Parts: sequence; C-alpha cells; structure tokens
Amino acid sequence: MDKFEKITGVAAPMPLINVDTDMIIPKQYLKTIARTGLGKSLFDEMRYDDDGNEIESFVLNQPAYRNAEILVAGDNFGCGSSREHAPWALKDFGISCVIAPSFADIFYSNCFKNGILPVILPQEQVDVLMKDAEKGANARMTVDLENQTITTSEGESFGFEIDAFKKHCLLNGLDDIALTLEKGAAIDAFEANVNQQRPWV
Amino acid sequence: MTAPKTLYDKIWDAHVAHEADDGTTLLYIDRHLVHEVTSPQAFEGLRMNGRKVRAPEKTIAVPDHNVPTTEGRDTYIENEESRIQVEALDRNAREFELVYYPVSDIRQGIVHIVGPEQGWTLPGMTVVCGDSHTATHGAFGALAHGIGTSEVEHVLATQTLIQKKSKNMKVEITGKLRPGVTAKDITLAVIGETGTAGGTGYVIEYCGEAIRDLSMEGRMTVCNMAIEGGARAGLIAPDEKTFDYVMGRPHAPKGAQWEAALAWWKTLYTDEGAHFDKVLTLKGEDIAPVVTWGTSPEDVLPITASVPSPSDFEGGKSEAVKRSLDYMGLTPGTPLDQVEIDTVFIGSCTNGRIEDLRAAAAILKGKKVKDGLRAMVVPGSGLVRAQAEEEGLADIFKEAGFEWRLAGCSMCLAMNPDQLSPGERCAATSNRNFEGRQGRGGRTHLLSPAMAAAAAITGRLTDVRELM
Ligand code: SF4
Repeated sequence: MDKFEKITGVAAPMPLINVDTDMIIPKQYLKTIARTGLGKSLFDEMRYDDDGNEIESFVLNQPAYRNAEILVAGDNFGCGSSREHAPWALKDFGISCVIAPSFADIFYSNCFKNGILPVILPQEQVDVLMKDAEKGANARMTVDLENQTITTSEGESFGFEIDAFKKHCLLNGLDDIALTLEKGAAIDAFEANVNQQRPWV
Repeated sequence: MTAPKTLYDKIWDAHVAHEADDGTTLLYIDRHLVHEVTSPQAFEGLRMNGRKVRAPEKTIAVPDHNVPTTEGRDTYIENEESRIQVEALDRNAREFELVYYPVSDIRQGIVHIVGPEQGWTLPGMTVVCGDSHTATHGAFGALAHGIGTSEVEHVLATQTLIQKKSKNMKVEITGKLRPGVTAKDITLAVIGETGTAGGTGYVIEYCGEAIRDLSMEGRMTVCNMAIEGGARAGLIAPDEKTFDYVMGRPHAPKGAQWEAALAWWKTLYTDEGAHFDKVLTLKGEDIAPVVTWGTSPEDVLPITASVPSPSDFEGGKSEAVKRSLDYMGLTPGTPLDQVEIDTVFIGSCTNGRIEDLRAAAAILKGKKVKDGLRAMVVPGSGLVRAQAEEEGLADIFKEAGFEWRLAGCSMCLAMNPDQLSPGERCAATSNRNFEGRQGRGGRTHLLSPAMAAAAAITGRLTDVRELM
C-alpha cells in the first residue's frame, strides 16, 4: 500500500449530505475483477449525462478541480454498501483525503486499506474548509497526517483525531494481513481453544 | 462478580483472539460468506502473495448479485462482465476448496438467505461477508457485519478481522403491532427516527415485546436494515423461536453437540443492568405501515401522510430533500397514496423469504395486478422458491399477473438485467432507495411485502389496511 505522509493540493467542495456508495461508484462498475481503472467512473451519474458527455457543472468536471486530491464533503459520507470500489475509484481518480463531519462505518475503514485518509472534523470547521475549497485551484489545502492537521490556503489550521494504529499503518504503508500473520500463534491458540469449547462452529 | 454485559459484549468477548494495549483487537471469525462481486480482488490478492484460505470449511460462497433470474442461466450468462465474475467465483471456490452453491444448485440464492437456511448461521457466532447487509444474520444473536474487499482478503488469509469495539445501542419496540404493520415497517420506522447516521459507531440490540413476537423471518428483516441506520450490526437475543428455526438445518449441530451448543446459546442475552450508550424506545402500536418518499432510507412516512416540502427540514437536509424530490418527481403536499407506480418488485435479502411471499400472496389472492403494471417476484433462494411452489403461492402470484423468477438479488441493485428505466417508479421490498439503485434514473419506494402487493393491485402506493 502507498504511504500517506503529507499532501498539499486542490480540494474539491461537495457540500451534499449522505453521499452514498451508489453515487460514488454505481453498480455497473462493480463488475470488474480488478482494483484499478475505476477513476473515470467516479461519481458517474452526477458526472456524465445519458450519452456519456461530461456535465459541466459537476465539481470534478470544472477545470479548477480536475486534479483535486482532497474532497471536502457533507455529513455521513460513504453511506450504503460495503463496496471497496468506492475508495478504489476515489484513489484512482487521485483523491487521497476526504474531509467530512462524519463517515459511514464501512467506508471509513475501507479508506485506510487503500491509502486514503478520511478526516472527521466538526461541522463549523468543515464549513470553513468548504469555503476555502470553493476558491478553486489557487487555494491549496495542506493535509499533514504526522501532525494531524489540515491547513487552509489562508493558513488557518485545524487539528483532527485519528486512531493511533490506523495512523501508523497509513504513514508506513503497512499491509494488514502481513501484520496479522505475525500473530499467527495467538490465532492458532484461540482456534484450538474454540474447537474444544464450541466444536460445532 | 463480573460486571453485567450486553449480548454484544458477550459475543465480542468470546471471539477476541488477540488484543493490543490500545484496544485494537483481532476478532476471530466463525463464518465467512462470499459472493462474486466483492471477492475477486481478494482472491487475486491471495494468489499474488502465495497465501491460502485459512479455514475453507468456514467459508461459504454463492453467486447472487449478478445472476439473471430467468431460465437457462446455469448454462450461459449473456452479460459478459457478469459471466466473468460468476466464473471467477466458480474458479476461486474450486481452487481454494470453499463450500460452494453454484447457480445450478437448488440451494443457491441471496447469500444472506442461504446462510441461515443451511444452518451456517448460528447464535453466538461472528459472521462476516463483503456485503453490508450481513447484519441480517444478527437475527440469530450472531455478531454479523459487512466488510470491504481488503477485509475479505484478510479474513480469507487469517480467519480474523482487525477491529475496535463499537458502542452499545438498544432499540426497544414495546407492546403489540397493529394489523397490517410488519417487521419492515418497524425497521423503516426506526431509521426514520434515528436517521441514516443515528447508529454510526454502534451495534444495535433490538428488543421488546414486538421484536420477541416476530418470527425469525421478521427478525431477519429488522436486522437486515440496521446498516441503513448506520449501525455496524444489529442483533436480537436468541430464544426458543431461534432454536426451533435452527434445529435440523443441514449444518446445525446434532446430538450431543446440539445439547452443548444449546446450553451456551441460552446464556446469550443482555444481563440485567448492562450499560447501553444510547437507547431508543418506540411503541409498537404507534408504528403505521410506512413507505419511503425520497432517496435516503431515512425518508420514511406513514402511508397516510403526504409528500413533505424541503422547508419542513433544516440545514443540509433541506437541500438534500429538494434534490431528492426533484429526482423522485414528487410535489410537496401530494398524498402518498396518490403516487402512481409502474413496477412492483418483491424480493431481496430484506423481504425474499417464505413468510414475505406468504404475506404478499395473502393480499393478492384472487386479485389481479393493475393493467400495464410490471410486477415481479424474485424468491430469495431456490429453496424458498420451491417451498412457495409447493404451498401454492407461486400460482397466486402468477394468476395475479406477477412474473415468477429464479433466485438472486435481481432488481434490489439491478446488476443483472432486471432494472428500472429512467423515470420508472417502483414499489420495492428491498432496502435502498438511493438514486439509480434500481437502474439509472429509476425511482424507488421502499415498503413491506404486503404493501407492495397492495400497490400492485391498485397501481399506486396504497394503505394495505384498505385491502385487508
Ligand atoms: S438482495 Fe440487495 S441488499 Fe441483499 S445482498 Fe443482494 S444486492 Fe445486497
């Protein structure tokens, strides 16, 4: 997995609440058996019309935001299905950080498995960042995971909370499975015990 | 004396394989359910790293999301991408020696219907699947939740999941339900109350007389939609109904093992005085038959109400309502029971079980689907389908003018050919009314099977109590 350290880049504003995973990547793109190539279909139904032409008004189609690396979003971002295609599509498009007042649970944990940092901030601070993002391509926001801060183009800075283990994995690009396999002995012991106590499982 | 525990606490504690100082836990997984959409990249990951499936006998695979629901699908699936995904699952199941129910097997169906039906889902278990509606299995007093594909790979390789414990939430439904009110109305009413983020960070335990009174099918419907309320999982303490349902299923324990299992299962309840971080109580008699009017499952109202106006809401929700009414083609103030529909879909892991088909058939018996309306029943599994045929339900549906399909997810998410066209309006027993969920531009109203049957007869959203 890619390491996440610090990014300074364009942030796209998306003030909608309850952006669900069907919006992020509609089901017709779930038929792939690969993890890559989904970026062009990110937000498909909002981004393209029925004939496949770009809808100009959609934020990621605007020249200022075509290379956005950060997304500032509304409450409950990523609700809906467990599809990891949602973070895959964001990542493939080039977005490595999503900032919102809250996230749906599964989407939130899926982000970390794919080198995307989801940042939860209070609504008032997200409002400030949203305003900053609306300034367009010249307003570059900085996301610093090490120091757990987001800094606007004006230099205003907000601290955010993050689970220490998740931070560690993201900073170092660690593979969860390899980490868990190191604890193989604990799993073996637990399994042997369960086989005794609950043999029907 | 140990502190009183909730049901969730008890199941969690019984599955901790390793706990780090910061509470990061390796949770042991008893059952891993797999379907064709969220698994190919996980198996690919195993192959790339030369890893094996740690416990293939605990890993149950079934294709459901992509499969057509028309005859002939076991020999050929026309859509190339769907075919490739189903074939990939065939291959992965064989190569990694998983328990597998292919399309040609009568036991095939929606993964969340197959698990309980075959006795793979048992009380006190941890159950995961790369699918958010895994919460369904919580009806058995199992800790069951959806995971992403990276986590699918993690479970395949290690039979564990890296987790932090959620908080405890209690949702109590007291008293009795009124006639015409079902498990689906309960679960929608709860989401209407909490909102789609109200359960975020929690595991919900549903309890109270109205929940106890539900059949296992009804309990599965309630837990199924815990995720629509944002919760990690929903669960219900097992009781005699649970044990009766489980007993004799192909993979349920037998003989002495059954006795041992039963003894443990009977300890699976929330202790008196256990702490809940959040509590919601609804009175069963206050719940009406409900429908959704918008594009979020929290957009719920009794069928007797009218389409709301954006000005009834505050902040971001007001904007969202404007957008969703526009998408849904609805005008504020229109009585919900005047909203005309084009299609009725009965099925999905929320309401594709035998009892759901019975409830719909009871309303449809001797009646006809409104002229010009498309109506479809997609049983949740091949076995549900066979049972419905044996009970004569299939004939009731067919005589009324419903299409009688083969099992799968079908129009719940429209990955197979069963889709809405732009602007088409559907009364659906499934669980999501998101924009485009049932087909690009399609408009979805969520409701119970009985309400769906009533809508099929009148051609509009209808209060089922008028037809009872
Ligand atoms: S029936 Fe619908 S909700 Fe259930 S597993 Fe299939 S697609 Fe998901």
